[in-house]
Amino acid sequence: MTRRRASYEGVVATVPVTIPYVRYSIHSAHWWLGRALAELIRGAGILKDDVDGMCVSSFTLAPDTAVGLTQHLNMTPRWLDHIPMGGASGVVGLRRAARAVQAGDADIVACISGDTNHVDSFRHTISQFSRFAQDAVYPYGAGGPNASFALLTQHYMRETGATREDFGKLCVAQRENALRNPNALMKKPLTLQQYLDAKVITEPIHLFDCVMPCAGADAFLVMRQEKAEELGLPYVRILSTIERHNAWIDDPIQIRGGWSMDKDELYEHAGVGPQDIDFLQAYDDYPVINFMQMEDLGLCKKGEAPQFVRENTFTVDGSLPFNTNGGQLSVGQAGAAGGYLGIVEALRQLTDSAGACQVENAATGLVSGFGMINYDRGICTAAALLARGLS
Amino acid sequence: MTNPLSRPPRKNPVERTRQPTRPPALRSRRALGLTAAAARGTFELQVCQECEAVQYPPREVCHKCLSERLQWQAVPPKGRLLATTTLHHSNDLYFRERLPWRIGTVRLDAGPVAIAHVHGDCIDGEAVRLALKLDRSGQAVMIALPNKPTPHMEDDKTLRETSCDPKFRRVLVTDATSAVGRATVKALLDAGASAVFAGNPQPWKKNAAFDALCQDERVQAQALDVTDTDSVERISRSIGGKVDILVNTADYAREGGILSGRDIIKARDALDVNCLGLMRLAQHFGPAMASRASDGVNSAVAWVNTLSIYAHMSLPTRGMWSASQAAALSASQCLRNELRPAGIRVIHVFSGPIDHEWEQLTPPPRVSPSAIASAIVRALQAGTEEAYVGDVAQEFLARMQDNPKGLERELGNQA
Repeated sequence: MTRRRASYEGVVATVPVTIPYVRYSIHSAHWWLGRALAELIRGAGILKDDVDGMCVSSFTLAPDTAVGLTQHLNMTPRWLDHIPMGGASGVVGLRRAARAVQAGDADIVACISGDTNHVDSFRHTISQFSRFAQDAVYPYGAGGPNASFALLTQHYMRETGATREDFGKLCVAQRENALRNPNALMKKPLTLQQYLDAKVITEPIHLFDCVMPCAGADAFLVMRQEKAEELGLPYVRILSTIERHNAWIDDPIQIRGGWSMDKDELYEHAGVGPQDIDFLQAYDDYPVINFMQMEDLGLCKKGEAPQFVRENTFTVDGSLPFNTNGGQLSVGQAGAAGGYLGIVEALRQLTDSAGACQVENAATGLVSGFGMINYDRGICTAAALLARGLS
Repeated sequence: MTNPLSRPPRKNPVERTRQPTRPPALRSRRALGLTAAAARGTFELQVCQECEAVQYPPREVCHKCLSERLQWQAVPPKGRLLATTTLHHSNDLYFRERLPWRIGTVRLDAGPVAIAHVHGDCIDGEAVRLALKLDRSGQAVMIALPNKPTPHMEDDKTLRETSCDPKFRRVLVTDATSAVGRATVKALLDAGASAVFAGNPQPWKKNAAFDALCQDERVQAQALDVTDTDSVERISRSIGGKVDILVNTADYAREGGILSGRDIIKARDALDVNCLGLMRLAQHFGPAMASRASDGVNSAVAWVNTLSIYAHMSLPTRGMWSASQAAALSASQCLRNELRPAGIRVIHVFSGPIDHEWEQLTPPPRVSPSAIASAIVRALQAGTEEAYVGDVAQEFLARMQDNPKGLERELGNQA
């Protein structure tokens, strides 16, 4: 057995920030990331120079990385990280930043993610997403993530008996949550019948199974608890986090993610169990991956997510509030910010700042990330258990 | 069951001609190993020479033992179809015009998992065989095919788009009077070509065999002399918009090395037919073909050059002719890259000595004209880019790969 990990005691996450999403933007990624940083320091009541650590995630920042951004924003951090893990970036950014603060390598880390979306940028992002995608996926119909998830979904449905109605129930619940969120790009109610009647994109994926690419940014700060208290900021404690990359390499097709390798240790380290969580913010670029997260994070047994979905409501005021801001399926997918959407929502829930999306008495939450269809499956998985700050 | 293609109706000249587009062509340098295998019509993947692990997608080092000793070699193309999907949306213009499009996940018996184009007759969950084919961008793609041949399977989109099948296409054979030319016309008709334009460089000369060939109503004789720019231009203006496949069989073969004569008349004539003739044809037929590369069932699709193996290395007893063949090969490589953006494939069919009147004194084995003709049709149907016809050509290729310097010496010993 590996040595028991140190706790995250004394490190907190605070100041969740969202730069409202738009379908298309004429600005570049730097604009979105810069706006997010500005909101962070305004929200925390600190100066730009007080931020001595920065952690960046973005797909459309090229040719720059976090390095170029420091000069663009005139920053002098003593700790810098660039996390290219797509949907896992938020949780991974949190755990990297938490350890840096805990070790004293930085005092205040700004974790920021954002992407622009020009009319043509999505095609550019996916045509050269990775070397394996370029060599061995994109030439096969150029369907992008729709096609990759269609294959995984078709296989999952056959193996577990999940139906389109099951996926639809979750999408409809998320839309109901999104109607409470003024920042969600989807503003119309969605019925199960509308979901089922939607046009087919890539069988069995239909229109409402797909996220809408958009522009936006999300961010938060990581600092010591005393610092947050000194600044008068409501904060969230980190109970535990995990990450795993390229898990289950012998599975010929993905039916589980890396969470299932680490979930027992996650709960044990956090000192809570799956029954203790008040909400789940899962990475939802397609419904099938929500089902895998429910199973792999231990909310139900492997292969039983369809039944679990039939037994819960997933709305803000229902049983197991799920993607309480509407998730990417209803808010939009702002590139790498999609990997932050769940974490900033969890921070809001646990600091009573989620507005109409607020889950009553939310004390403990689970956030999960999933990223990077490098070839035939998603490679990066991560999860964090968070708890309301002591007050 | 594949729906058989039907003969395309006469083209409506008022309708828009579909502009040529091509599927995504960008590949890593390592992935071009797949392209090399597909060009030859073989199924090869990288195999680790230390731990025998089979690699896919192509890698720089072994994914199991990290050895750098990865070699492209034949791998059993068998596998199982784990999942399929039909795309009704694509981000790429080429596929947008060809939707719906079926793809799937295949687990190879040899280990790796491949995303592949899936033939309509493949059944989800069942065994399939994989083939490496060149797509319209000229790069290799995996196609999952049913384990056993099914009726009209060649008409499925996945295969029609990666082959250059003569079925329902119109073909120009530039010199149909030679033994090879006549055999080629017959083979193309047998393969379902809807029309063959039969070039005749010397219409004033009686040729009973050629005249008999032209009795077939699908064959149209054309006075075409590749050494005469006016002739090439005239014919291209008349039929250039109807040539879907061009097979250049024009050849000028003569005995003799360089020191055996006191003039270069033979050399000039050989270059004029074999190399400059190819260039004249390319300049007058190439652009029209390129503009029709996505024009429906009978789109322009391929250009075949019949070449000698001595294009690769001189046969000193026929040194002047060998030089013209080498020049033709070089010109053809240029043409291949110039036609690739449109999706027109340039195919090289290499043969050893041919069993015809110009090889009287060459000892057997010699390649029969009909063997060359069937190799041309096979290459078109299979969508390969290189073919070596007959035992002499196959042996020549093996020797050239094994020890090119040794082959050069030994060719000089043939008297």
